[in-house]
Amino acid sequence: MKPFRRTTGPVAVLDRADVDTDQIVPKQFLKRIERTGYGEFLFFDWAKDPEFELNHPHAEDARILLTGRNFGCGSSREHAAWALQDYGFDVIVAPSFGDIFRTNSLKIGLLTIVLPEEQVRELMAEGHGAELTVDLEEHTIGPHRFELDPFDRRRLLEGLDDIGLTLRHEAEIADFESAHPSPVATTAL
Amino acid sequence: MAKTLFDRVWEAHLVAEPEGEAPLLYVDLHLVHEVSSPQAFESLRLAGRSVRRPDQTLATMDHNVPTDDRPADDLAAAQLAALRRNCEEFGVPLYATGSGREGIVHVIGPELGLSQPGMTIVCGDSHTSTHGALGALAFGIGTSEVEHVLATQTLPQRRPKTMLLDFSGSLPLGVTAKDIILGAIGSIGVAGGVGHVVEYAGEVIRGLPMSGRMTICNMSIEGGARAGMIAPDDTTFAFLEGRPAAPKGAEWERALDRWRALPSDPDATYDRIVELDVGELAPQVSWGTNPGMVVPVDGVVPDPSEFHDPAEREAAERALVYMALEPGIPIREIEVDRVFIGSCTNSRIEDLREAASVVAGKRVHPRVRALVVPGSAGVKRQAEEEGLDRVFEEAGFEWRRAGCSMCLGMNPDVLQPGERCASTSNRNFEGRQGQGGRTHLVSPAMAAATALAGHFVDVRELALEPVA
Repeated sequence: MKPFRRTTGPVAVLDRADVDTDQIVPKQFLKRIERTGYGEFLFFDWAKDPEFELNHPHAEDARILLTGRNFGCGSSREHAAWALQDYGFDVIVAPSFGDIFRTNSLKIGLLTIVLPEEQVRELMAEGHGAELTVDLEEHTIGPHRFELDPFDRRRLLEGLDDIGLTLRHEAEIADFESAHPSPVATTAL
Repeated sequence: MAKTLFDRVWEAHLVAEPEGEAPLLYVDLHLVHEVSSPQAFESLRLAGRSVRRPDQTLATMDHNVPTDDRPADDLAAAQLAALRRNCEEFGVPLYATGSGREGIVHVIGPELGLSQPGMTIVCGDSHTSTHGALGALAFGIGTSEVEHVLATQTLPQRRPKTMLLDFSGSLPLGVTAKDIILGAIGSIGVAGGVGHVVEYAGEVIRGLPMSGRMTICNMSIEGGARAGMIAPDDTTFAFLEGRPAAPKGAEWERALDRWRALPSDPDATYDRIVELDVGELAPQVSWGTNPGMVVPVDGVVPDPSEFHDPAEREAAERALVYMALEPGIPIREIEVDRVFIGSCTNSRIEDLREAASVVAGKRVHPRVRALVVPGSAGVKRQAEEEGLDRVFEEAGFEWRRAGCSMCLGMNPDVLQPGERCASTSNRNFEGRQGQGGRTHLVSPAMAAATALAGHFVDVRELALEPVA
């Protein structure tokens, strides 16, 4: 995972609640077996509408997406996080996120920030293209402070390999396995 | 201290709680399918890592597989081939199409007796919450986490909050588990359960068969909760006994002792408690583009101006445009083009019996194309032994092979733009069943009755005839 410390860039505003991952990347693109190249499929159906928010000329080079509550609800497809990152977003800001989407994003170094709805509205009011700085070391986004789980923060700041971290507990995993035999002897029935 | 079912399962699976990191949770069963796994296997390969416990991992093919004789498209075929290759290389058991044990991953886990009370179960699919119906802690994960579990059989996880959904009242005739969960999501909203594991409780839940409990837990994610759980009881044990992976003999007795100790203590506390009365519940029909947008079948399409919250109002306005509906239209006047009975929500034998009892001896409306897709090869076999395939076919339904089918449109079963479908699946998101398709979520009985009439009908008004 590539580390994340700080980003400054233009915002895009997608003022919609409950944006589901089926909209972020429709199903037909989940048949690919690659992890890259999903940016061009981001919001594939919505993007056909010239009036769609991300088609606004000032939203073009956005690095930070400001959006509504429960962003990324629905399907567990990590392709949604891959597509947002591949498109060019470093940070997604919303009053709340779908749980699985949030985990997926933080796993790949796409920072998801939860802010109170009034603060998201305030940032949205500046419109597409407004410059904003997000600093993970300082916990700040523009004039606001945000909270992030300390473990997730460290993982992002240092770009840590999660599996590598867990494998440091290999002995404990092995101990657990010998103390707790699997309820199912084998899945090969 | 009093504990919940969730507390017990969580605490029994903590491998380590390292300072400054998330607790490490052990995974008893990891289910794998073709769509969310190829990149995980590829990363393992690149890092030179192996699958730690292939004996606790099981793969099947479900999302992409055609359910009739049409071939899979090239991309889907390549993804299915990749799963086969990955399973061979990493030693993961695979129940491939044609093996006789394949099916929707959330149908075959319980069917084979692999999903058991007190277990932790994960899968790269949000409807993994289904397995919580057996008293397991089961939740969906993304591809990075799939890779993590393959490599370590554990997941770093923050402890979620707990929520009790306590149902009172008894279920009126013709109202089903699907209506309970759609009604509940309508009440708490699609984000109502975010950050929580939900436990479903109350007499009405106790009275449901396992299929209904699975329908309810399946849709936990549609209410924002990552997992749903139901305390194991005699219904659970009777369901599991004798299944291929269920404990046998003395092991079975020991398992029963463990499982009987799992349910929440009566004085256990939850972070949030919601009480819902099902006594007046009517069959539910979704009108919009998320599963919280539901009304009773005897209701009307709502007027967005009635929503006080601006975000909800805008969402309702957009939903009505997408769904091509006007406020105030009675639900029963909405005509459909397609009916889909299937998906990990409603494709078990009980669901098919429920639908068959409605359509037996009748005919599908001439405008409607209707599809029944059993959830697994096992469900298909059993349904055929019971003659349900003939009941459906004689009524004009297409009878298909097991798979996810039209729930998510990743295979040849899709809606055409503008087509309207009464569906027993779990998501009515824009384009979910096919680009431009319009989905209304309902129970199997409601879907069956709608197929006959060509428009939504109140299944309570039909005489339910048992299948011969």
